[in-house]
Amino acid sequence: MSQIFDRRPNSRHKSAVNRRRFLQRFKKQIKAAVANAVAKRSITDFEHGEKINIPTKDTHEPRFFHGEGGKRTIVLPGNKEFSRGDKIPKPESMTGEAGSKASNTGEGEDTFAFELSREEFMQIFFDDLELPRMLKKKLGREQSFTMVRSGYSKEGNPTNLNIPRSMRSALARRVALTNPLKKKIKKLEEEQEQTEDEAANAELAEKIVKLKHKVDRIPFIDPFDLRYNRKTPQPVPTTKAVVFCVMDVSGSMDETKKEMAKRFFILLYLFLKRNYETIELVFIRHHTSAKEVDEEEFFYSRETGGTVVSSALELMNDIINDRYPTNEWNIYGAQASDGDNWNNDSPRCGELLTHNIMPHVQYFAYVEILPRHHQSLWEEYEQVHKIYKNFAMQTLEKTGDIYPVFRELFKRQEVNAHE
Amino acid sequence: MNSQIIAKGYEWTMDDLHNLDQAIGTMAKEFKLDTFPNQIEIISAEQMMDAYSSVGMPIGYYHWSFGKQFLSVEKSYKRGLMGLAYELVINSNPCIAYLMEENTLTLQAIIIAHACYGHNSFFKCNYLFQTWTDPEGIIDYLVFAKKFIADCEETYGIEAVEELLDACHALKDYGVDRYKKPPKESLAQEKSRLASREEYLQTQVNDLWRTLPTKDKSEKKKEEARFPTEPEENILYFLEKHAPLLEPWEREIIRIVRKISQYFYPQRQTKIMNEGWATFWHYTLINEMYQRKMVDDTFMVEFLHSHTDVTFQVPFDHPAYNGINPYALGFNIYQDIRRICEDPTDEDKEWFPDLIGKNWIEAVDFAMRNYKDESFIAQYLSPKVIRELKLFAVLNNADVAELEVTDIHDEASYRNIRELLSQQYNISMTEPNIQVYSVDVRGDRSLTLQHVMKDDRPLEKENAEQIMRHLYRLWGFEVKLESINDKAEVTASYRCPVVEQEQKETETEDKDSCS
Repeated sequence: MSQIFDRRPNSRHKSAVNRRRFLQRFKKQIKAAVANAVAKRSITDFEHGEKINIPTKDTHEPRFFHGEGGKRTIVLPGNKEFSRGDKIPKPESMTGEAGSKASNTGEGEDTFAFELSREEFMQIFFDDLELPRMLKKKLGREQSFTMVRSGYSKEGNPTNLNIPRSMRSALARRVALTNPLKKKIKKLEEEQEQTEDEAANAELAEKIVKLKHKVDRIPFIDPFDLRYNRKTPQPVPTTKAVVFCVMDVSGSMDETKKEMAKRFFILLYLFLKRNYETIELVFIRHHTSAKEVDEEEFFYSRETGGTVVSSALELMNDIINDRYPTNEWNIYGAQASDGDNWNNDSPRCGELLTHNIMPHVQYFAYVEILPRHHQSLWEEYEQVHKIYKNFAMQTLEKTGDIYPVFRELFKRQEVNAHE
Repeated sequence: MNSQIIAKGYEWTMDDLHNLDQAIGTMAKEFKLDTFPNQIEIISAEQMMDAYSSVGMPIGYYHWSFGKQFLSVEKSYKRGLMGLAYELVINSNPCIAYLMEENTLTLQAIIIAHACYGHNSFFKCNYLFQTWTDPEGIIDYLVFAKKFIADCEETYGIEAVEELLDACHALKDYGVDRYKKPPKESLAQEKSRLASREEYLQTQVNDLWRTLPTKDKSEKKKEEARFPTEPEENILYFLEKHAPLLEPWEREIIRIVRKISQYFYPQRQTKIMNEGWATFWHYTLINEMYQRKMVDDTFMVEFLHSHTDVTFQVPFDHPAYNGINPYALGFNIYQDIRRICEDPTDEDKEWFPDLIGKNWIEAVDFAMRNYKDESFIAQYLSPKVIRELKLFAVLNNADVAELEVTDIHDEASYRNIRELLSQQYNISMTEPNIQVYSVDVRGDRSLTLQHVMKDDRPLEKENAEQIMRHLYRLWGFEVKLESINDKAEVTASYRCPVVEQEQKETETEDKDSCS
């Protein structure tokens, strides 16, 4: 009567759509939480899930029930000391049905908490940056793999069927199964030749026919024989890269600008991470003089004063010469600034880039964040842009402007991939 | 009888499950349990979470609230705050039961007895389920519903459908017929009727709102007859049939939500009975297996451990108290019926003269078939069970500063406690009684609902206000809800859209205060 099925191999994530619907509905809150997390996370330890809290009143589904008030008699179990007619002061929790809804998660009742997975977190981050779909998919993946042949397996899809192997095992099976029968037939045939008796002969002939039938019934090929090419994923071999993050930290760069700059650096890092085995980050901050710092200091310590951009470029040039020989390292530069610079310094910057830095780097991206108006630095960089195709520059008004800076870079990547 | 041990150790194999099922099934037959065929499915914890979040439906339409459910289950499970239920069983034919792969052999045996023979026979035989649910058609209906709603999403946009479903979900407790008996309809009929129903529904609605030519006075009197003529308890049904502005697809979605709600309604009315019945049978069947030496002592120790956990009643003053445990109460009552049949005391002879000397199998079977929680408790809760659970009644009167203990487990109170506990499981008492009262057909088309208060208990305000917005979304014109106490006074009223009157009032007040 009963049937038992093992459903474990069946698809999981039956609720994936519902989950997505939920995330979609509370996008605003989730986005805010993600933005918050972006500010707190380190560039190199960026990709993981996030705990999100949403006010319960937003996720609440209303239904009619009784509120406090009126008369109500409740039957309870476990009476120990009460007698009929006893009066008990009202405990606070006894507020009708609302009381029984208290959360037992220890999270408090005011927020609905849940975990955003790494993929979901990254998707929302990318949405914010207005990345094209293809790219979102590419950057969202763990790591790129190619499928490499590695022996044979008994399971696979028809396109991977290995015919010689399958035929070989079919042959082996046929030999193994038919040989004993054939031996028997041979024996019977010999017996037949030796006997004179008609009846015995006929009996033997019948036996031989039966055995021959048996041999015939052994299939030429059987699902059991099939062999497939096994393919296993292997990480794409990559090389080394270094990213120079250069940022102006003079007084005019406020928190908002730095937040935006951080997204710019993150995006470049994420992109390069998919293409290189090891990536090093070099953080250079500058006002009138430049300094190599760690990430924490890069984003969060405050400085004031004027701006001399060339100091940073000089430092970058020195570091390249000292530590990153161009035959071993792919060098990327990313510079964020609000465009302020000491006017006399701008030509020096253009010169440094054109002659010293650009010949060595794969790509250099410059963003000007919320500039009041373009100044001499921008004009100077436009000259560099004319000479070098791999020099990108862009004004950022909102986070959605970040991606176009890299458009060329990503496009090139795609072309390479197709070749 | 075969006295070979059929289950040993903790690990199980598919063969073990087959053997267990066969042994338990054979015994269940001997005890005259009438069941649907079983479809037992082994699933992983993750799949169980999926099953959970679709409110136990094997197939469901998509909605964010199910996602919310999933996220919260997933979170508590991952943190180890909550164990998943060992099983989930669906009222369908064949009866689908999910068993988690993590369960030990003993647990699987308990679940097979509990779900596949206990719940299963309850679904098949209890009168409420027989009257209200169609286990043959439910899966097909859910498939149909999912597809229909997906099609609507494609045509009208996910947001529009989601908004409608939000509104329907808020009212789903009021989407059931409590008294009327439904005609049974199979999926095929549903489908073939869908097209014609759309047109028909629309004509009906139009009919209601048709502007009639001017009529003489005698006719006018007739028109003033209230609509609906009788208050309507099934609010979703009323909206499906009579809301003036809804599109046919919107009416069909309302219908789907209320059909599903109606399908679960018997389960809401028989929590004690259903869980009690399943627990009673896993206890009886597994003990029988032990007596027939089909399982060993280790198995029994684990079984008793689990069984005691399930049927433990936490006392009211314990931090973990979360209401009366339906497993404990139900199990105790069935167990007591058996005891009264087999070994009655003088007290039982006075209380249950009909049960004395009866065949216990027939007695529990009768009790399972013909009752729902409220009547089951009113009929079978014995003084002995009241004493064992130490039940007592507390009166909470909002007008009095203290709570009063009105009844305890002694001679004078047994009947009161039985009556009170029975009412505690009467859904029409515990849920606010809200009905569609009237429609201003000739005027502004406003819809009025009435909440008939019981014991002066008001509605929870915030929720009521939110639901008014959903009602307004469905009705399309002004909606009002009035709470009426037993002296026919309106004690609270809600409306949507919120009328500016209040603002005007405050304005006039301001003026008053100025002058």
